[in-house]
Amino acid sequence: MELIFEKSVSGRGCSILPACDVETASLPANLSREEPPVLPEMAEVDISRHYTELCGNVHGVNSGFYPLGSCTMKYNPRIDEEMAALPGFTCIHPLAPTDSVKGCKAVFDTAKKYLLEIFGMDDCTFQPAAGAHGEFTGVMLIKKYHESRGDADRRTKIIVPDSAHGTNPATASMCGYTVVNVPSASDGCVDLEALKEVLGEDTAGLMLTNPNTVGIFDKNILEITRRVHEAGGLCYYDGANLNAIMGIVRPGDMGFDCIHSNLHKTFATPHGGGGPGAGVVGCKDFLAKFLPKSALMDGEDALQVRSFSGNFLVVVKALAYIMTLGKEGVTEAAQNAVLNANYLMSRIKGTFKPAFDRICMHEFVLDLSGYKEETGVSALDVAKTLIDYGMHPPTMYFPLIVHEALMLEPTETESKENLDKAAEVFRKLYKLGFDDPEYMKAAPHHAQIARPDEVQAARNPVLRWSKND
Amino acid sequence: MGSYVPSTDKERQQMLNAIGLDSFSELYKDVPGEMYLKGGLNLPAGMSELEVRRNISAMADKNTVFETILRGAGAYDHVIPSIVSYIPAKEEFLTAYTPYQAEMSQGILQSIFEYQTMMCELTGMDVSNASVYDGATAAAEAAAMCRDRKRTVTLISGASHPDTIQTVKTYCYGKNSELKVVPVKDGKTDIDALKKMLTDDVAGVYIQQPNFFGIFENADEIGEAVHTAGAAYIMGCNPIALGIMKTPRESGADIAVGEAQPLGMPLGFGGPYLGYMTSTDKYMRKLPGRIVGETVDANGKRAYVLSLQAREQHIRREKASSNICSNEALCAFTAGLYLSVMGAKGLADVATQSMSKAHYLASKLCEIPGVSLKYSGEFFHEFVTVIPKAGKVLSALQSNGILGGLNIDGDILWCATEKVSKAELDKAVSVVKEVLA
Repeated sequence: MELIFEKSVSGRGCSILPACDVETASLPANLSREEPPVLPEMAEVDISRHYTELCGNVHGVNSGFYPLGSCTMKYNPRIDEEMAALPGFTCIHPLAPTDSVKGCKAVFDTAKKYLLEIFGMDDCTFQPAAGAHGEFTGVMLIKKYHESRGDADRRTKIIVPDSAHGTNPATASMCGYTVVNVPSASDGCVDLEALKEVLGEDTAGLMLTNPNTVGIFDKNILEITRRVHEAGGLCYYDGANLNAIMGIVRPGDMGFDCIHSNLHKTFATPHGGGGPGAGVVGCKDFLAKFLPKSALMDGEDALQVRSFSGNFLVVVKALAYIMTLGKEGVTEAAQNAVLNANYLMSRIKGTFKPAFDRICMHEFVLDLSGYKEETGVSALDVAKTLIDYGMHPPTMYFPLIVHEALMLEPTETESKENLDKAAEVFRKLYKLGFDDPEYMKAAPHHAQIARPDEVQAARNPVLRWSKND
Repeated sequence: MGSYVPSTDKERQQMLNAIGLDSFSELYKDVPGEMYLKGGLNLPAGMSELEVRRNISAMADKNTVFETILRGAGAYDHVIPSIVSYIPAKEEFLTAYTPYQAEMSQGILQSIFEYQTMMCELTGMDVSNASVYDGATAAAEAAAMCRDRKRTVTLISGASHPDTIQTVKTYCYGKNSELKVVPVKDGKTDIDALKKMLTDDVAGVYIQQPNFFGIFENADEIGEAVHTAGAAYIMGCNPIALGIMKTPRESGADIAVGEAQPLGMPLGFGGPYLGYMTSTDKYMRKLPGRIVGETVDANGKRAYVLSLQAREQHIRREKASSNICSNEALCAFTAGLYLSVMGAKGLADVATQSMSKAHYLASKLCEIPGVSLKYSGEFFHEFVTVIPKAGKVLSALQSNGILGGLNIDGDILWCATEKVSKAELDKAVSVVKEVLA
């Protein structure tokens, strides 16, 4: 595909603005740029075709199966988009007078009420723009809590299981904490003995996702949160895997003090090729006074993690989704997410080996280390071959505690026959690894590109187009 | 009840049986009984699509959509070309995840590469990342890029957006590093005060251009002082102004950041917006977040990939300088599209018209007795007036369908963009005149 700059023709453009109807003001020379930026010069038809061409080289969840573990790639309903595009929302200035934004307040209040019920929490903020941003906000609440008790100096450690997503330790570090990694038990759950050993007067808190990153619900969760509390620490729930349990059990009832939830995973808002998301953070009453505010909107010297109140239009989409599902539908979604994962795992079984051969939650991990030894075909090779079958590959090489891992999360919005078809592809590829491993090592063969040279990309970074190239 | 689960009851039973179970509850046997949510969630029953449309449209109807908006302060009401609203709604882009699998994500990767190029062009910088959450977090992330063991203090101009200051403060507090606010003098960063604050532990200095009050800072002079002191220079620039304004690179900045909402994103009550970050080559490997690079595939064909990932949290874990992964990709895509539609000429036109309308509004308002410009400096599309009865003036404008400027302690911060016509400005001025008569 040509870059948009390569399609540019000097003198072309679009007609958008009328002529200026007031006297023209201009910048003095010392404030003016020397040369105009090099931007495309394009007719509107060519712009439309360029982006349509790019679209043809993208796979979205609404294009096909997308079992990307830990990312909850469920169908993104169109009605949610329509609601967020209402001019009554899009045209509202964040600093408009309170009496003119009652509808925005109703959206926030309603979404808040429903989400708190699902979380089992008492209050929340919509400021965080993504999951990692929510983690930062949540751990900052923990930091503020310890500070308010004059306990900040000695509580310097955040405990993170070795199965955790990389954002957990990175977050703890951004909040000034030392990270203590605890090993997982053989079933992927928290090793209670190991946890006991690291808990102490220096514990600020624990970051945990439950179900965990191998897709298992940690049945010791009440003991885990109790022990952390006894040591004087707080418990942070990483809501990446909330889709498995919403309407079944609540993080607040598991003993967690605060939580983030990715509206762009669990609550069906689209991920937009990498964002925008929304990472609402919920907390128990005793932490509510530390929740972030906007200096300009609220005039308070409080925590603040971004401007204004958050990714409002994303919250509108999530609200439309929750209203559609309602009391029964939320639970139904979780149950079917779990059913679909177990069904897919059972259909693949006998070929690729599940890392944990037991009932899973909304996702499961395949361990391809034995398969790689036998065939030379790696998890990466299997993933790349899947692309030729029009399927987005599962999450690869995560969690780190499983070698040659492929993590599959089908979500509840896949039908039985889609799962059957996907399982058939996995079974076929399993066999192909024995018959023609070289074919798989060179896959994909029919994709937009063959495997890219990532080493060259990192060694000689070309991060922008230049006119002279 | 609304639902997006395709399988029928019969299919669900078949699937349960296939895994050797009879009921859903058996799937959750690891959940301790005492925790199990009895009686289900306390939520209303689910709704049909029509009911959802009715309910949420009723909420939208409770908001006032102003015909004329003369308020900015970090969120700007510019013209959004029709195609810019339409294309980002295409389902492929909208519903994809982060482009981890380059072989099936070239469209997204290329769009980010194009966006990165455009942001480099706007700011005069060498490299851009794929976006962060918004302008405030971009400033906070930039401050973190500048710190090292010896230099730990960040300075931020008091003439920056209050939300930016507070966000940078929160991020610095997280890292237990110090933030000091540089005083303001006549609506601008007080350069003499800044020079005194530039001790040898200062890592980076952030200023906003034009600043929160709409005034252009003496960016070159500040840059010289910052560099003389051995610190890094971060400029937060309005991307529309960059259509005509001296680039941060030309003013000596090491890192340029800002809020790119004006590039095609609606006001949307505050989000989603778009934080952009660009820098000189020297800071390339310190930039947080995703960066797309060009390479070739196994057949020698040009290809795009997520690059320089050794910086990021999934590799470096607690040693990563930022935890960011999801960003504002679709907003970056929108900004790239907006800049393609406007082109350099169109962008300069947006900038010039916005500035011209603001200057027209300022001159007309200042003809009213009692109204005057609060600060003397050159301004772009925002300005502060001293004005009697600010509250009354703003209510009167509101009853006339006009969102007036922002009340800052009795003064008003006004903003005009290319979107408002002379007739709208004249109407606003006449309302103000009437209130103050």
